[in-house]
Amino acid sequence: MSFYDVYKQYKDFDIQNFFGNVESQMIQKALNVPNVSEYQFLSFLSSRAEPFLEQMATRSSQLTRQYFGKTIQLYTPMYVSNYCENECVYCGFNRKNKIQRKKLSFDEVKKEAEFISQTGLKHILLLTGSSRAQSPVGYVKECVKILQKYFSSVSLEVYTLTTDEYKELIDAGVDGLTVYQEVYDEVVYSQVHQAGPKSDYLFRLDAPERALSQRMRTVNIGVLLGLSQWQKEVFLLGLHAQYLQDKFFDSEISISLPRLRPAKGMFQPACVVEDKSIVQMILALRIFLPRLGITLSTRESAQFRENLLSLGITRMSAGSTTEVGGHTAIVDENKKNVQFEISDTRSVLQMIKFLEQKGYQPVLKDWMAI
Amino acid sequence: MNDILKIADQNLESRLFIGTGKFPSKKIIKDVLETSGASVVTVALRRVDQDSEDENILDYIPKSCLLMPNTSGARNAEEAIRIARLSKAVGCGNWIKIEIISDNKYLLPDNFETIKATEILSKEGFVVLPYMSPDLMAAKRLVDAGAKAVMPLGAPIGSNRGLKTKELVRIMVNEINIPVIVDAGIGSPTQAAECMELGCDAVLVNTAVAIAEDPVSMARAFKLAVQAGRLGYLSGLGSTGSEASASSPLTGFLREEEKV
Repeated sequence: MSFYDVYKQYKDFDIQNFFGNVESQMIQKALNVPNVSEYQFLSFLSSRAEPFLEQMATRSSQLTRQYFGKTIQLYTPMYVSNYCENECVYCGFNRKNKIQRKKLSFDEVKKEAEFISQTGLKHILLLTGSSRAQSPVGYVKECVKILQKYFSSVSLEVYTLTTDEYKELIDAGVDGLTVYQEVYDEVVYSQVHQAGPKSDYLFRLDAPERALSQRMRTVNIGVLLGLSQWQKEVFLLGLHAQYLQDKFFDSEISISLPRLRPAKGMFQPACVVEDKSIVQMILALRIFLPRLGITLSTRESAQFRENLLSLGITRMSAGSTTEVGGHTAIVDENKKNVQFEISDTRSVLQMIKFLEQKGYQPVLKDWMAI
Repeated sequence: MNDILKIADQNLESRLFIGTGKFPSKKIIKDVLETSGASVVTVALRRVDQDSEDENILDYIPKSCLLMPNTSGARNAEEAIRIARLSKAVGCGNWIKIEIISDNKYLLPDNFETIKATEILSKEGFVVLPYMSPDLMAAKRLVDAGAKAVMPLGAPIGSNRGLKTKELVRIMVNEINIPVIVDAGIGSPTQAAECMELGCDAVLVNTAVAIAEDPVSMARAFKLAVQAGRLGYLSGLGSTGSEASASSPLTGFLREEEKV
C-alpha cells in the first residue's frame, strides 16, 4: 500500500462536476459536524464555499486555538548547496540555469550555524539542491553533525532518499523531513520535471512514507501552488496528510502551501492562486484535519502573513534566505543565485516582536535530540 | 481544615496543578501560576531552553511552585526515560510526569509503555507521576512499578469535554491507595469541582486556562472550583436518589409526639 493507491482512486475524479453539484446546505451541514468527510473537505474548496469563508474562519480559528493555543513555532532555512541534477522548470536551481553554483565547506556550515543560532532559533531546516554527486548523504550527515551543536532540532529538505539512507540520517540526529510533491497530477508532474532523478514521480511520492517507516518524527509535505488546478491539488494534499497521519499515527504531519515566486528562468504559473484562495485552502485543511501542522513561509508578504496568523497557521519561517550561505554572506543585490525570491524579509527578532504584539507566543524550541 | 496533599515527601497546599502549553505568552504563565496558587506546574522539557538567557520558560515559574517536567513528545518508554534523565541532568529536579503518546490523532496515552518507563525511573529515584488512560489494572501495575500518584485522563487532551471517564476514575479513587489526579480534558471550573467531589486528590488543567479570553481570571475560577469541590467531598456529600426527599419530613410530627 502506498499513497499512490489513494491517488489512483481520485486521479480521474471529475472535480468540476462535483463542484457543480455542491449546494449551500451541504457546506452549512459540513460546518456543523464533528468529523468532516473527504467529500465535505472537497466541498469547502469549491466556489460555493466562498460565501461561507467567515464561518469557516471562525471554526478554523477555534480549532487551531484549541489544539495549538496561541503559539507559533519559528524556524529558518539554511541552504548549503545549490548544485542540482534536475530540470524543474519553475526552480532557480534548474541545472540548465546559469547561476553561480556553490557548496559550503564544513567551516562555512559552522559559520552559518553560529550566526543563525545567535538569533535564538533552535529549529533549523537544512537544504541542498538535488545533487547526489555534489552533496552526497555523507556530506549531509557531516552537516547535520555540525548543526546539532547549535540547534535542538535539525530537519532536512534534500533530494529524496532510500529507506536505508533516511534511517542513516535519523540515526545521525535528523528528526524532521520536508518533501514537497510539488504537483500530484502525474501528467503535469512529468511536464514540469523534465529531466533528472526528480522526474521519478513515484519515488518522490513515497519518500515521506520511507522516512516515516524509519520513525522520522515530523514530516512536512506540500504542493507548489500555480503548477496545476489548486482545488484538486489541495484536495490530494489533504488526503495525503490524512493517509500519513493514519498510517504513522505517532509522527507529526504538517503541510505547506507555497505559491510560485519569481526565479531564474521566468517560468509562468499555469494558474494564478489568489490570496482569497490561500485563505480558503488553509481553512478547509484545518477543519478537515484539526491536528495538522500548517507552515507558512516567507514566500508570502509580511502583511498577508499577519492576516493569516489567527486562521490556522502553526509554524512560520523567519529571517529567511534562499541563497547558499546567505545568512552570513553579503547577498548579491541582483539575487542571481537564489532558488526563489522571498517576500517577507523580517529578521527573527522582528518576527518575535511581531508575534508578541499580536498576542502569540513565539516558540523557538519545541523539540530536542534525545 | 488541615487538608494537605502529600506526594512523595512533598506537602502540597493546593490541589490544582497547572500545565504550561498553549499560552499566548510566558508572562501570562507567570501571572496564571501566581493567581491560581498552584503547588505543582508541569512543563514540557521539549520547550525548555537552558541555553537561552531570555527565552527560558523556567524563569517564569514562581519559586512557590514545584516543577514537574513532562516527557511530552515521547512515543515509547525508551524516549520517555531519555527525556526524564535529560531533565534531571539539566537541573529540573527529580519529579517527572510520564507522558507517552503514540497516537497523534486522539493523543491517548500508552499505558503499557508508561508502566515500563515508570518502573525504570522509579528505581532510579525519580518521583514518577504517570499520565494514563483510566484503567484499574494498569493503575495497580503503576503502583507496583513505583508511581507516587496516577493521572488518569478525564477526556482527550485539549478537548475541554470534562470527566467523560467518570465511572472508571471513580473505581480508581476507590481502589488505588496513592493520589489520583485527573489530567486532561477538564474544560471548565464546574468539571474540576466534579472531579474533586468524586474524591480525586487533585486536578491538572492547561488548555481551559490557556485559551480562555482571560487566562488569569480563569485560573482563579479553577482555584476556587477545586477548593469548593474538595470541601464538598470532605463535608460528606449526600447520596443521590431518584425521588424527592423533603427537607422538612411530612411525618415529622410523629417524632415530636414521641418526645412528649
